[in-house]
Formats: sequence, C-alpha cells, structure tokens
Amino acid sequence: MKVSYYPGCSLHATGKEYDQSMKAVSRALNIELKEVDDWSCCGASSAHSTNFDLSIALSARNLINAEKDSMDVMVPCAACFNRFKMAEHHLKADKDLKAKIEGVVGAKYQGGIAIRNPIDIIYNEIGIDALSAKVVKPLAGLKPVSYYGCLLLRPPEVCEFENYENPFMLDKMMGAIGTDVKNWSYKTDCCGGSLSISKTAIVVDMCDKLMSAAREAGANCVVTACPLCMANLDMRPSSGLKLPVFYFTELISLAMGLDGSKETFKSHMFDPQPLLGQLQLI
Amino acid sequence: METFLEEVNKKIHGVPLQACYHCRKCTAGCPTASHMEYNPNKVIKMIQNGQRDKVLNSSTIWLCLSCETCITRCPNQVDIARMMDVLRQMAIESGVGAREKNILKFHQAFLAGIKRGGRINEPMMMAQYKLMSGDLFSDVTIAPGMFLKGKLSLLSPRTKDMKSVKNIFEKTKNI
Repeated sequence: MKVSYYPGCSLHATGKEYDQSMKAVSRALNIELKEVDDWSCCGASSAHSTNFDLSIALSARNLINAEKDSMDVMVPCAACFNRFKMAEHHLKADKDLKAKIEGVVGAKYQGGIAIRNPIDIIYNEIGIDALSAKVVKPLAGLKPVSYYGCLLLRPPEVCEFENYENPFMLDKMMGAIGTDVKNWSYKTDCCGGSLSISKTAIVVDMCDKLMSAAREAGANCVVTACPLCMANLDMRPSSGLKLPVFYFTELISLAMGLDGSKETFKSHMFDPQPLLGQLQLI
Repeated sequence: METFLEEVNKKIHGVPLQACYHCRKCTAGCPTASHMEYNPNKVIKMIQNGQRDKVLNSSTIWLCLSCETCITRCPNQVDIARMMDVLRQMAIESGVGAREKNILKFHQAFLAGIKRGGRINEPMMMAQYKLMSGDLFSDVTIAPGMFLKGKLSLLSPRTKDMKSVKNIFEKTKNI
C-alpha cells in the first residue's frame, strides 16, 4: 500500500530513531511512504493551549497539503496525530469554523483522506500473521510493557482508537515478534507531555510512577509509539528506576533483522544496548 | 450582562458546565490533580459560582496537560480539557496573564519557533525559552549528550512556503 507520510518536527530531531525505524519497517512491510509536501508544525500543545483558531489552522494547512496526494496520511507522532484528528473533527462538525479556517489557510479543506497512526496501519492493513511471518529473530527474553499514552487514544470519539481504556494492538504486535509482553494498568496514563521543560519536577514524579509500575509488572523495558513519551521516559525518571525505552518500530525492525536496526539504539539517552547484549539480541 | 458561566459555556461550544453533577471522576483520573490548587471539578463549581478572578488566576488551568482523561471518563460528556483551553485563552486575552509564567513562556517560545521556520528547531526553541524564562540552568547536563547523539541539531530543514505560515499567525492574531 502507499500512504502519505507526515513525520512532524520531533521525528527529525529528538525522535529520529522513530523516523528511521518507521521507514525501515514500512519498506519491509511494503508500505510505500510519500512525505507530505512542504509540511509545517502541527502546533502541538502550545497552539491549542493559547489560541484555538491557530491550533486548527496550523493542522489544517498540513491536512490540505496532504490531500493533494489523495492517500491516507500516516502520522507516527501521537501528538501530531491527535492535533490532526482534532482539527478534522472540528472542521467537519462546524461549517462556520471550516469557512473561517479556509480563509486563514487560503485553501479549501475537503476532509477526504483518513488520518491514521502506524499502529492501526500495521495491525489492520498488514496484520499480525504477516508481521510474524517476517520475523527472523524472535526477541526472546525481552519483557516489555506497552505504553500507549494519551494522544493516540483520547478523546475516543475523535481518535477512534480501538479499546481506548485497555488497548491491545501494540501488545499483540509485541507478542508477534517474540517478546514476553507484561500486562499492566498504566497503558494509557500520561507521561507529563509538554510540561517536561517548564515543570520538570512534576514530570519526574509521573515518569517515576510509570517506571515503578512497569518494574512491578515484571518488565525489563517499555515500548512506546510517541516521541514525547519517549523523551520523557528516556530522560526524566530518577536514576534507580530507569528502564530501556523503545519505539515499537525499533523492536519490529530488530526482530525482522533489517539493515541498520541496531543503529538507532545508540542514540537513546538511557542506553538499551547492555540489556539487548545480555539477551544476545544484538 | 453575560455571566462567567455563560461566557465559558459559549466558548466551549459543547455540553454546558451545568451538566456536571460533581461525581469527581475527572479529578480521580487527572494525573496532575495532586499538584493543582483546585481540582478539575472544583474549577467547574467555581465557574458555576461566578468566581472569575480566582479561576483565571489559578495555577490549575496551566497545570492541565490536556491528556483528555477527564472528558473520556465524564458520564455527562462535559469537555473539561476544552474548558481548560478556554480558561487559559481567557486569562491571556483579559490581561490576567498566566499564574504559571514559565508554562506560558514555553508555549510562546514554541509558537515563535513555528513562526520563524515553520517547523520546530528544538535547540533554538529551548534557547529562546531559557532567555524568556530566565531558567538558564535546567537540563544543562542533558543537552550536551543530546547534541553528541545527534538528537539536537542547529540546522534542520524549514518549511519553504513561510508566507503561508506567517499568514496563519497574522490572521489568527496570535498573542
């Protein structure tokens, strides 16, 4: 299949491991990616916290650019995904707002393409069986908890994510690549998101709580699909509580034995290589 | 004259806040409630009681992370996350400003970054936040490691059609 691809700002910087592994996994699963032309930032928390119209217009500019390619748009960053879905929701529900935002952006919004996250695309379009068929090295010994966070799931009528209070798609994928996924009750808790820089102490508390819960569940690592969750969980927990954190695509890439799959582990702030080495996975 | 409650309801543009029967599910699920001066449902009660200044001056509205757990679990579909956005915007527009000054300064530095290059360049945005907030020394031990690992770069591709991005800021009158 072929989809539009909106990397967003994080995937070109702090979340570059997500971009690299996403591209490698997509290639291996025959998902062709076409980057959205001349994209700009979605506006993230800062736009919607301070100016509603700005938040919708910044996302709408990108949706309108993506519509030119007439394909579903894949949005790996959970924050960008959430802002796009939110903009789509408001633009479809409110004709006056749509007319106003089209005036601001200077182009028409059709609303004809689906905004999709890669978990949904891999799980529903490629499927668990096809995924496990491509595994050359099951990741035995790796015991992740899957962490979905907030922005892929909520609000449910906007994000349309399956089983939003107890999601399972990531868990199933991690099972398909040979990991021993642990169950826990913090799949959809918040990591502290955008307060990481302006209110660091609160975020440290929140990340410590998550890491403690992951350890209690018997996990030796955490799997995420969000660059904000990754940044916070990789950097903010207190030193005695840290666990390696992976993008789900990094682990899929490793299990499929894809070229360059070991490279992205080098840029994590909390080094996952000792754990992977000990388990003879790298 | 419009009451504070009517004003907020109009801006939320959804289920009116009167629908809240204070079951406290929003507060129970809120990840930052323990850091807030008023719990989320208490804010609704204060709006119902017309306590405009207290609400707009509170740290609570800035500590909301927009994780959307409250609206997801509210039995009456009261959109508390949207309410928090509306209250932050009212605090800015009315000149009350932000009780949590650095949180607003972070948002302003972030938006200035978009206005400058269309996309966020994280080191530039961080430098601007530090200058605006005076918080010069936080994370100084983390940043060099991030540069070495190639996670921070001063040079990153920008949006080419910057006119269209600047227009959006102009036309939505960003503060």
